[in-house]
Amino acid sequence: MAQRNPGDTGSAGEPPGLAALPGSWDELVARPLVQFESVSKRFGNFVAVERLSLDIREREFFALLGPSGCGKTTLLRMLAGFEQPSEGRILLDGVDISDVPPHRRPVNMMFQSYALFPHLTVEGNVAFGLRQDGMPKPEIAARVREMLALVKLDGFGARRPHQLSGGQRQRVALARALAKRPRVLLLDEPMSALDRKLREDTRFELMELQDKLGLTFVIVTHDQEEAMTVADRIGVMNAGRLAQVATPSDIYEHPNSRWVADFIGDVNLFEGRVVSSGLGHTVIESEAGGRLLVTHPTDASAGTAVTVAVRPEKVRIDTSASRVSDENCFAGRVVEVGYLGGVSIYKVALDNGLRMKATVANRTRPVERPAGAGDRVWLSFPPEAGVVLLR
Amino acid sequence: MRSRSGIGGMSRFNVTSVALGLAFLYLPIAILVIYSFNASRLVTVWGGWSTRWYVALLHDQAMLEAAWTSLRIAALSATAASVLGTLAAVALVRAGRFRGRTMFSGMVYAPLVMPEVITGLSLLLLFVALDAARGFWTVTIAHTTVTLSFVTVVVQSRLLSFDRSLEEAAMDLGCPPLKTFLTVTLPLIFPAVAAGWMLAFTLSFDDLVIATFSTGPGATTLPMRIYSEVRLGVKPEINAICTIMIAMVAVGVVAASLLAKRGELAKARAA
Ligand SMILES: Nc1ncnc2c1ncn2[C@@H]1O[C@H](COP(=O)(O)OP(=O)(O)OP(=O)(O)O)[C@@H](O)[C@H]1O
Ligand SMILES: [Mg+2]
Repeated sequence: MAQRNPGDTGSAGEPPGLAALPGSWDELVARPLVQFESVSKRFGNFVAVERLSLDIREREFFALLGPSGCGKTTLLRMLAGFEQPSEGRILLDGVDISDVPPHRRPVNMMFQSYALFPHLTVEGNVAFGLRQDGMPKPEIAARVREMLALVKLDGFGARRPHQLSGGQRQRVALARALAKRPRVLLLDEPMSALDRKLREDTRFELMELQDKLGLTFVIVTHDQEEAMTVADRIGVMNAGRLAQVATPSDIYEHPNSRWVADFIGDVNLFEGRVVSSGLGHTVIESEAGGRLLVTHPTDASAGTAVTVAVRPEKVRIDTSASRVSDENCFAGRVVEVGYLGGVSIYKVALDNGLRMKATVANRTRPVERPAGAGDRVWLSFPPEAGVVLLR
Repeated sequence: MRSRSGIGGMSRFNVTSVALGLAFLYLPIAILVIYSFNASRLVTVWGGWSTRWYVALLHDQAMLEAAWTSLRIAALSATAASVLGTLAAVALVRAGRFRGRTMFSGMVYAPLVMPEVITGLSLLLLFVALDAARGFWTVTIAHTTVTLSFVTVVVQSRLLSFDRSLEEAAMDLGCPPLKTFLTVTLPLIFPAVAAGWMLAFTLSFDDLVIATFSTGPGATTLPMRIYSEVRLGVKPEINAICTIMIAMVAVGVVAASLLAKRGELAKARAA
């Protein structure tokens, strides 16, 4: 597993106490490997990437997450050299690479479509990049064997791409991109064509590989779970901009905006106004009625409109009102119970008109449900569970 | 049972019309082929099977020379047309929206529909204006000009469905653009280029009109030779040489379509 960097300061609006741990990863790596400096990319009038700045560190596993069309692929293609930034600079090792053509960049890409050469064998595909460097033949053969062993494809060297399964092709593509030991490996939705089981296996293989080879990976994915598992840091993109850059747990537990909270995972959002805020607590008057108390501090002064985000798994569900307090408590009626295997998700229509979701782990077999559709329930969450969002 | 109403589900009317159509197309050719094996000197009288006219051809020096000229012209012009036609196709498909793209592509296609007499005449005027010595090379150039657009059409259709990420992958792995074209693009579109070459070869080989306009003394192609002999009366040797030409053209066309089909297969497999 790649090293996690606990002390990330990338996200705004998070509690200061959580950010700076001593001896953090930042101090170990002085200069970022890849730097996007206020990079924009326009296609005609359309702005695909807008004044985006991002630092990617050496040996980091960085994931780009975002809705379709937000510019993830464009960002990777600019780093690989297939697209020129309209504005801004891209630095690799501190050197501006804007004018370096793709074939001279120490960056390799694993294409979403794999883009294996159909007229070459598996070996020929993996050796292609090494041949361009004029590496001596015996060394090429050794490296190809090593790469194929790495992706568990020993013995497949003589096959053509069309004689492989989808998962095997994907591994060939990975081996080909890794063979040259690039400074940065770009992976554009590398696992979108695989079934869930294979994806999970591949995920861990990727992490292992990254650790073993000590390379820097940038991965684009639609799969949040995937990004959460593999990445040291995640960049959440929206409409050509980075909404938040932080560790997976920060992205999940301390989203910096309503949009990020909503985009990542499931979330309950309450609109309201700040009543009072002090050290370690904020009181919010919910628009729909009811008071919210959260420990998450905010700079917002009284009266400011804010959103409180609460993850469904942090919501507690009770069938009687006796044990719950005044704050963070809502009565309602269960609308629907969705069974997801490991957890069940309760959709509740609150008396104040809002809808709320709560997930409950299915610990027993057969599943015991505290409540079914139509039952009256009380939902509550502890003050630590809520996050106050200004945007 | 279907067979009562026709063959393979076709009605009797359809069978009849297909048979008539095929007869209309191939009866003259069949007669020519059969009569090329006629033992009799008289073209219209059947005198039994024989290959004597094929043997006689071997001693017809003028005919052999014309055939050799035609073969060389066809091979040279097809090769030149393949190179130029492929480059034109690449430019048309890849260069994006450069100024005059529409006009350029229109101009590449024009020779496909241009009456041969006009093409031939304009080429003749050009050669005269340039004061070029007309002969072998002018015919070769003329044929290159005419067949180039056919190659372009064939290669272009292949390039349009070509996955560009293959080229990007090659460059990403350190392959410079020209080398990428030669080591990745060309091998993959090669069936289309070869099909274009075959097409160009057969077109050049059986062309009479343009060759007549653009040739000069000393360079007589096979169709020209046949035409001039036939004007003095059809000889059995002509049937023999024509049968050989038919065989060549048929092989060429079949090979071209097989190559094109192989390209399709490779593409389908790659996808
Ligand atoms: N060559 C191009 N010309 C015009 N617009 C383009 C071009 N390439 C990308 N775009 C536009 O730029 C935007 C970002 O595209 P991009 O491919 O980077 O999205 P993405 O984040 O990778 O999306 P997805 O997750 O669907 O792959 C899209 O709206 C797309 O339509
Ligand atoms: Mg994309």
